[in-house]
Amino acid sequence: METILTVSHLTKKFGYLTAVNDLSFTIEKGNVYGILGPNGSGKSTTLGIILNVVNRTSGEFSWFDGSTTTHDALKKVGAIIERPNFYPYMNAIQNLRLVCKIKDVPETKIQEKLELVGLWDRRNSKFKTYSLGMKQRMAIASALLNDPEILILDEPTNGLDPQGIHQIREIIKTIANQGTTILLASHLLDEVEKVCSHVIILRKGENLYSGPVDSMLASHGFFELRSTDLDQLQTLLEKSASFGKIENFNGTLTAYLKEEMDAESLNKMLFEKGITLSHLVKRKESLEEQFLTLTKNQ
Amino acid sequence: MLRLLQIEFIKLWNNRASKVLIISYFVLLTSIALIAAIKFDIGPVEFHLADQGIFNFPYIWHFNTFVTALFKLFLAIVIVSMMSNEYSNKTIKQNLIDGLSKKEFITSKVLTVISFALISTIFVFVVSMILGLAYSDYNEMSIIFSDLEFLPAFFIKLVGFFSFCLFLGILVKRSAFALGFLILWTIFEQVVFGLLGWKVMSWEAAKAVKRFFPLESMSNLIKEPFTRLSAVQNIGQQIGEDMKFDYHVYWYEFFIVIIWTAIFIYLSYALLKKRDL
Repeated sequence: METILTVSHLTKKFGYLTAVNDLSFTIEKGNVYGILGPNGSGKSTTLGIILNVVNRTSGEFSWFDGSTTTHDALKKVGAIIERPNFYPYMNAIQNLRLVCKIKDVPETKIQEKLELVGLWDRRNSKFKTYSLGMKQRMAIASALLNDPEILILDEPTNGLDPQGIHQIREIIKTIANQGTTILLASHLLDEVEKVCSHVIILRKGENLYSGPVDSMLASHGFFELRSTDLDQLQTLLEKSASFGKIENFNGTLTAYLKEEMDAESLNKMLFEKGITLSHLVKRKESLEEQFLTLTKNQ
Repeated sequence: MLRLLQIEFIKLWNNRASKVLIISYFVLLTSIALIAAIKFDIGPVEFHLADQGIFNFPYIWHFNTFVTALFKLFLAIVIVSMMSNEYSNKTIKQNLIDGLSKKEFITSKVLTVISFALISTIFVFVVSMILGLAYSDYNEMSIIFSDLEFLPAFFIKLVGFFSFCLFLGILVKRSAFALGFLILWTIFEQVVFGLLGWKVMSWEAAKAVKRFFPLESMSNLIKEPFTRLSAVQNIGQQIGEDMKFDYHVYWYEFFIVIIWTAIFIYLSYALLKKRDL
């Protein structure tokens, strides 16, 4: 696996406040990463540090195995931080030309990228006339101008209406499908769940978890069960060694697994004991539930 | 280097306010030629300014560089706002993220400042040359090209002043406040001078110290040219005042301004480097 970014023991203090505390993680090529964390957990600060706009207090980070300087590495990175920042008095073409000059890439890609985000028709309008959704899409176009190795997005759907959110997500999915590595910071869990394969979870500047989304919790999932004879079902399950906690909520039993078991064998076992089910679903905890469990435990 | 200048050019030239100010500045520089047209014709008193010797070589170098330097305030506004707008639009953050290093960012601004100063100097040279050739009483080569040190003095003076503006733009981050600060600083230098002369030391010593203040050292590079005019000299002699006046540009005056320029550019860079955006 090719490493794109390595962060080790990164710390940032704003006076007494420690925004990022001894943070370490690596970003591998080809994955879609989500940085998760409540507001003020240090997501934006971390991104600010690796993008060279915030000075670190201590720790190290290196782009592309440390083979290039941060300044050169950033030319191979596309990034959007918080609000889209462009020159309000210039139109899309002029703004993107400026970005091309800064990134030292030819201006040939401008049309392609503006078409990708659906702004080609508005290319001659000044940036200040754009709606927030258009500004955000323009920022994505700008970040893609150099066909970056990695695209960094910080809260890309913040403040957008449902259509805007949908549009941005579609664009992100398109880009991810082209094999671009993506690092997406968000506090919207379903957003991360929908597009990310790996997560880094931060709380108060500390790394709670980093790794694939699937193995976040050492859990085997749970069953949702309904039957006409609910009480008998509950006693039966409580006796079984495979199950831990069992909850009864509005006529539905939720039984948490202590060991691996598939739905088929549970169904078979219950039927043999004379219980017929009217509802049987095996589920894993959603990212939200996992996230809350993780952040609560610490 | 060319890339950095192009970047700055795109930013400036697409901004209507900057464009208008830059164009007005250069139009004003050219308009100094209009002084030639000043003519009073009141009965027996006939006064034509161009005939008073202000366009004589080599005096014209001194006169024109002094007068045109007054217009530098136009460019000062452009420079302060080109710096502080980067903060208020937060585009400085985006520039850095896009891969411009902090050093390159400052370099691009400094290069712009130097280009402004250089173009102004060339402009003044050309306008003065044309005016001189048209109106000067002396047209010998050796006279035309004497006292040329006023041109480099003009250049250094502008670079120094604009670097100060650049620094203020970064320091204050708001163009209106930065310009206010500039005015405040001008007053501050005079107040310090006054206090020094009044309480701390002799007026002679205070004057010597004053020469090291940033704005004062810049204005000291090109001293006022009016007392050099023969007409004024004549009046002075008639009323018995000795108008002997040292108008030369000295190497140490260059030196002081260059040191200030270096300090301002370095401070701008240090400030940018230290700040989190």
